[in-house]
Amino acid sequence: MDSYTFTHLKQLEAESIHIIREVMAEFENPVMLYSIGKDSSVMVRLAQKAFYPGKIPFPLMHVDTSFKFCEMYEFRDNFTKKIDVKLIVHTNIESLNKGMNPFDYGTQKCCAQLKTQALLDAVNEGGFDAAFGGARREEEKSRAKERIYSFRNRYGQWDPKNQRPELWNLYNSRHDKGESIRVFPLSNWTELDVWHYIYLEKIPVVPMYFAKEREMIVREGMLIPLDGPIPLESGEKPQMVMCRFRTLGCYPCTGAVRSHADTVEKIIEELMVVRQSERITRIIDHDADSSMELKKREGYF
Amino acid sequence: MTIYEFLKQNEQKDLLRFSTAGSVDDGKSTLIGRLLHDSKLIYEDHLAALKSDSIKRGTAGDSYDFALLLDGLKAEREQNITIDVAYRYFSTPKRKFIIADTPGHEHYTRNMATGASTADLAVILIDARKGVITQSKRHSFIMSLLGIRHLVVAINKMDLVNYSEDVYEKIKKDFSEFAAKLDIHDITFIPLSALKGDNVVTPGENMPWYRGRPFLDYLETVHFIGDRNLIDLRFPVQYVLRPHQDFRGYSGTVASGILRRGDEIMILPSGRKSRIKSIVTYDGEQDEAFPPMAVTVTLEDEIDVSRGDMFVHPHNIPDISHTFEAMLIWMSEEPMRPDTPYLFKHTMNTIQGEIKNLRYKVDVNTLHREETKQLSLNEIGRTVITLNRPLLYDDYNRNRATGSFIIIDRLSNITVGAGMIIHRRSNELIVDKKVSGIKSDYIHHHNSTVTLEDRMKRLKQRPVTIWLTGLPKSGKSTIAYALEKRLFDMGYTAHVLDGENLRYGISSDLGFSGNDRSENIRRAAEVAKLCNNLGMITIAAFVSPYEEDRTNARSTIGEDRFLDVYLYAPLDECIKRDTEGLYAKAEKGEILNFSGVSAPYEPPTNPSLMLPTHQISAEECVEKIIGTLKAKKVL
Repeated sequence: MDSYTFTHLKQLEAESIHIIREVMAEFENPVMLYSIGKDSSVMVRLAQKAFYPGKIPFPLMHVDTSFKFCEMYEFRDNFTKKIDVKLIVHTNIESLNKGMNPFDYGTQKCCAQLKTQALLDAVNEGGFDAAFGGARREEEKSRAKERIYSFRNRYGQWDPKNQRPELWNLYNSRHDKGESIRVFPLSNWTELDVWHYIYLEKIPVVPMYFAKEREMIVREGMLIPLDGPIPLESGEKPQMVMCRFRTLGCYPCTGAVRSHADTVEKIIEELMVVRQSERITRIIDHDADSSMELKKREGYF
Repeated sequence: MTIYEFLKQNEQKDLLRFSTAGSVDDGKSTLIGRLLHDSKLIYEDHLAALKSDSIKRGTAGDSYDFALLLDGLKAEREQNITIDVAYRYFSTPKRKFIIADTPGHEHYTRNMATGASTADLAVILIDARKGVITQSKRHSFIMSLLGIRHLVVAINKMDLVNYSEDVYEKIKKDFSEFAAKLDIHDITFIPLSALKGDNVVTPGENMPWYRGRPFLDYLETVHFIGDRNLIDLRFPVQYVLRPHQDFRGYSGTVASGILRRGDEIMILPSGRKSRIKSIVTYDGEQDEAFPPMAVTVTLEDEIDVSRGDMFVHPHNIPDISHTFEAMLIWMSEEPMRPDTPYLFKHTMNTIQGEIKNLRYKVDVNTLHREETKQLSLNEIGRTVITLNRPLLYDDYNRNRATGSFIIIDRLSNITVGAGMIIHRRSNELIVDKKVSGIKSDYIHHHNSTVTLEDRMKRLKQRPVTIWLTGLPKSGKSTIAYALEKRLFDMGYTAHVLDGENLRYGISSDLGFSGNDRSENIRRAAEVAKLCNNLGMITIAAFVSPYEEDRTNARSTIGEDRFLDVYLYAPLDECIKRDTEGLYAKAEKGEILNFSGVSAPYEPPTNPSLMLPTHQISAEECVEKIIGTLKAKKVL
């Protein structure tokens, strides 16, 4: 007799589809935050699966700091056009016009303005009552305790000590006007799960994830890409390095890792050998002890 | 191993979700940290940060303080306590694991319940120096309340009691005595030292007397797939998918049972019937869907269906009622208010209703029941709930998805409680029996002056129940009646109890829903017991596909009077013998929940006798049973 077994990836997929449909059914105006990264790619595929044979019934929204990599913009535009989904791009123009950048103001202030504030504004302006994000609990300690439905007050803030209990798959979507709920359908996925799923489903991802020779600056052991005008420190000289990106952020704040992995299989192979967590190449997380938790309280994803 | 071999292996893994509960002192974080560390799953940068934090705090000497790694929120790090559910992920070559790591203090009962709600298994930590304490009992009770079927009792800090076998045995005995009151049947005891690593990933050399498996080994191999309910089809419609004029689909996650293309289904609450036309997914149409698959279903007929409706098989429907009973866990600082409107979210429905009656609350430390007017934060009680619309539900122990609900405060929008529905017919059996053994205070045993011994002397036999189990057409009835005749000819008083004679009379009120089937077996066992008490030999012939039902029957009838005989024939052979075409009808979906075709059959793990009926004749089977009865000195 068939034992009706279901592999872990299929289970994760089913759980995520359930969450995405539940949001569509219970909220008036959901939006899916789209960061162009691998997790977003997987989340978008899950949304496609959730509503097949229909199209994704809500828009994707990219909160654009304007400091993203060229390859990311190119990929975003092609990808969203191909799957025929509405894309909203939101940028904190006001702050940019005042000259906000990570070089002069530091990463904390820059992120606060161009990511956190931009996101809060975008959610408010769009009148969105639910916003999907691709965050995973495995990524960082404070995320390990975040709910799948993460309630935000009218200022978009998260109160980690006052989270709603979340039992079974019964999600509480109730909120008052002006409040919203961030929803994380990939909560239970790990980095390996994401890559394995990309491999099995042949999901397109930004080519920056794959190793090739790139022009880089080596600073304090980190590889910083020369994708835009990055101020060089004395003695620094760009050099060609065989490398790839494990996570994609803004070019001034995203380091690469030396790697020869130029296919999904090789990335997974590397993942099994590399013993460092993926956010180590993100400069923001090391700002201060508990820095991610602080950012999240303020409204960051 | 090549990357392709790895990918293939990784793809095949299943997923075990388990919860842990315990306070800092139990060494729970140390155990999890050790598990991740020894199976090399902590990333280097996390480990480096941990080392510097550990030294800074000086809580673990020169060793790692794993608690720092696990307690994520800043407040927790400062106060040295775990205050919320944290989820951890790890994977071994055999399985992927999700740990719901929860605090152990009484103040966090709600967090424990939350962690347990999605878990397949729970780990209870016991400090070997302290033995079974109130907290261990509380954890176990909450886990059993949330329907956890497998419990691992990790007896930690064995290094501090000189790895003493006596200490281990004492704790095992104490815990087992307590656990007899709970509804958990699979309990595994593992002595270990999270700090030193004994029996966590590898056995170590300090406890040669322990013959069981190390903790991780157990987690990798425990069998839990069978815990799912594949019997009662419940498909709550989550979302009506209407992308264009020509497509109307109903999306949802299969809560239980198996949905097949071509199945006749009933749509509840309307009661209208239709057939499954297709099961649509992005990855192509499917012939069938089972839990927890998320699919989209189309129907043969144009019927008005909306979110919250439920597709079921017409002969196996859930209970439908405005009023039901449930165990509640209260999760809000604001105490529960009876007769006040709350919102109840159950499957895909959110319905307003009230808590009408609070029967009692349970002291989570002693399991005693107390009368109460209200429930406060973290309290658990049994209640009667009345809703404005009828609910489609099953007993929580039978069906987590259709037996659970959350309670939402209408004003604050906060989740204030969680409930587990108790099926009304079985409730007294499950709950009350544990305390008093008798349902009503008005029932008293009268002692008969004719004793069983007197009856046995007159009949010249010892009573016994021969329980024949096996697939349909495995030969149960043939052998039962042949055995009855043989015993009769030998001068014994024997009779057959089977589906036929039970369902026409004593069970004529029962249908074929999952609950009804279990109830039918329960009645069969009770009748067998009565007959045995009269001195008769009872031959019970029931498919009885579930181990659990058979185990219950065994305990009703009594271990020494119960002889289980497993009639085995391969499925092909049973189909060949099936002149009535039952299997063919089941294949076509005309008969639902047919054991062996559309419903599982769990073979007995250790029957008293197994008879391969495709290899030996009915007469030989009868002689073998007679032989066994003689060997057991029944005849």
